[in-house]
Amino acid sequence: MTYEDASHIAQTWGLVLLAVLFAAALVYALWPANREKFKRAAHAPLADEDEDGRQD
Amino acid sequence: MALRNIDGRADVAGILAILIVTLFLALFGASRAADAAFAIQMWTLIAATLVGTAMVTGILGRGPSVDQSSRYENGVVKAGVVASMFWGIAGLLVGVIIALQLAFPTVFYFEEWGWTNFGRMRPLHTSAVIFAFGGNVLIATSFYVVQRTCRARLAGGLWPWFVFWGYQLFILLAGTGYLLGVTEGREYAEPPWYTDIWLTVVWVAYLLVFLATIWKRQEKHIYVANWFYLAFIVTIAMLHLVNNLTIPVNAGSWFSYSLFSGVQDALTQWWYGHNAVGFFLTAGFLAIMYYFIPKQADRPVYSYRLSIIHFWALIFLYIWAGPHHLHYTALPQWAQTLGATFSIMLWMPSWGGMINGLMTLSGAWDKLRTDPVLRMLVVSVAFYGMSTFEGPVMSIRAVNSLSHYTDWTIGHVHSGALGWVGFVSFGALYCLVPWLWKRARLYSNALVEWHFWIATIGILLYITSMWVAGIMQGLMWRAYNELGFLEYSFVETVEAMHPYYIIRALGGLLYLGGALLMAYNLWRTARGDVPARERAGDTPVTAPVAAE
Repeated sequence: MTYEDASHIAQTWGLVLLAVLFAAALVYALWPANREKFKRAAHAPLADEDEDGRQD
Repeated sequence: MALRNIDGRADVAGILAILIVTLFLALFGASRAADAAFAIQMWTLIAATLVGTAMVTGILGRGPSVDQSSRYENGVVKAGVVASMFWGIAGLLVGVIIALQLAFPTVFYFEEWGWTNFGRMRPLHTSAVIFAFGGNVLIATSFYVVQRTCRARLAGGLWPWFVFWGYQLFILLAGTGYLLGVTEGREYAEPPWYTDIWLTVVWVAYLLVFLATIWKRQEKHIYVANWFYLAFIVTIAMLHLVNNLTIPVNAGSWFSYSLFSGVQDALTQWWYGHNAVGFFLTAGFLAIMYYFIPKQADRPVYSYRLSIIHFWALIFLYIWAGPHHLHYTALPQWAQTLGATFSIMLWMPSWGGMINGLMTLSGAWDKLRTDPVLRMLVVSVAFYGMSTFEGPVMSIRAVNSLSHYTDWTIGHVHSGALGWVGFVSFGALYCLVPWLWKRARLYSNALVEWHFWIATIGILLYITSMWVAGIMQGLMWRAYNELGFLEYSFVETVEAMHPYYIIRALGGLLYLGGALLMAYNLWRTARGDVPARERAGDTPVTAPVAAE
């Protein structure tokens, strides 16, 4: 593969791939059905149980 | 001295195999050593593998038995906290020494001790603070956070300990190598080829321990901090491998040639260099922010959606920003523009993340008044916002023509390093010690206040002096007289820097002083000491302590 081939793939399919992946991440973050899951996740650091596994 | 508990232990067998193979390779290297520096490095490696073998088999220490009394593996995190504090002070001390060398070159120059030369001490400072201090903080906090947010014990038996000690060996080999003059000459990637290979082995083990712990998690969702840690581990592995593709001249020499040449080599180096900033000094420490700020403030993450967008935007954009280190070089102009453009776009995720961190304090702002640890964490995020605002400005070619090669760059780096990385790490360590050693609170909140204010004044002295010095330096370099000749000779610009170098050294000294107070405070906390005032029954307002 020459430099021209590599840069052609990067500037076309590579660009499309990265844009689609990023769009997918945005859709996932903003998808309404995920709201509850994320609300729980936002509390994850606070919900730690103590060292011995007992729930507070 | 019997070999204890090692029958049928796959982790012990694997670690022993690595140690023994390394031992034989190091013996081979030592037998072929072309110079004294390489021989010393190989004998260090031989000694380390022998000590490691003794530790694993139980001839030294308690052998491969792992403390099962707690639900989580805490020993390796405790070791990481101690190592972080040790390397932090060592790295800051070397920084103060080289700042004094620049300020008073006739006093702090030791002709008979070549290894104390600025050129050898400077990489020792940068590697000690970034990789030894920062790296240990990241490994320790990641091992702590992944267990809690996944509700799973650290995977791999003895492998986390291999990661810890293997990483310390990497630091030892790299650091002593710099003093011996062993360097690849690539900024932030100075270690020679064999040290690079050793780090690769350790890093793969780290990745596998982290992934295996996530794999056996009891929590369905993978918390965002773990995504940031994972991005840090995976990307550093990729950067390290590509930037260190070198061919040693022979098996008995530390010297090697890069696989790339010319501008390709420069771009590879700065693709690595800037992403070391992006994924080591940013993504990893953002993981700390996303766990320790909610925990210490006792508030949920402000917007979890924003944290996901923050994560992916940062990952997609950072990787392209490296070329801004090569403005006005042989690098094609379109590549320079690409680097600058992506750097400016990085404002979005950087500030999104900063806002998310700061707004997590919604409803808990009053705690900033009473809890100096939380204040340290929050001020670190403010410094993150400031240095990620400054960085994109400096990546613009016109600004870079003034700032590049001047001390403005040094000031910028230190607002990020001392303000963001340093403070967020200190905050996390102040949280971790009472949690891990099961103390109700820190030994002294007053000492944390002192640390906070001394260090903050130190940072301000450092960055303001370097701004003034850097801009002055840049303006003096480009000043022409009416005949078209350069107005100033180089040595005149050096002379003009002198007062600012003294102020910078003073700033560094204050920052080091704060870290010493911290080490004392953490040591007393771990010992379980209580201040005299409190023993008399005068109980101060306490900071919230998470794990009771």
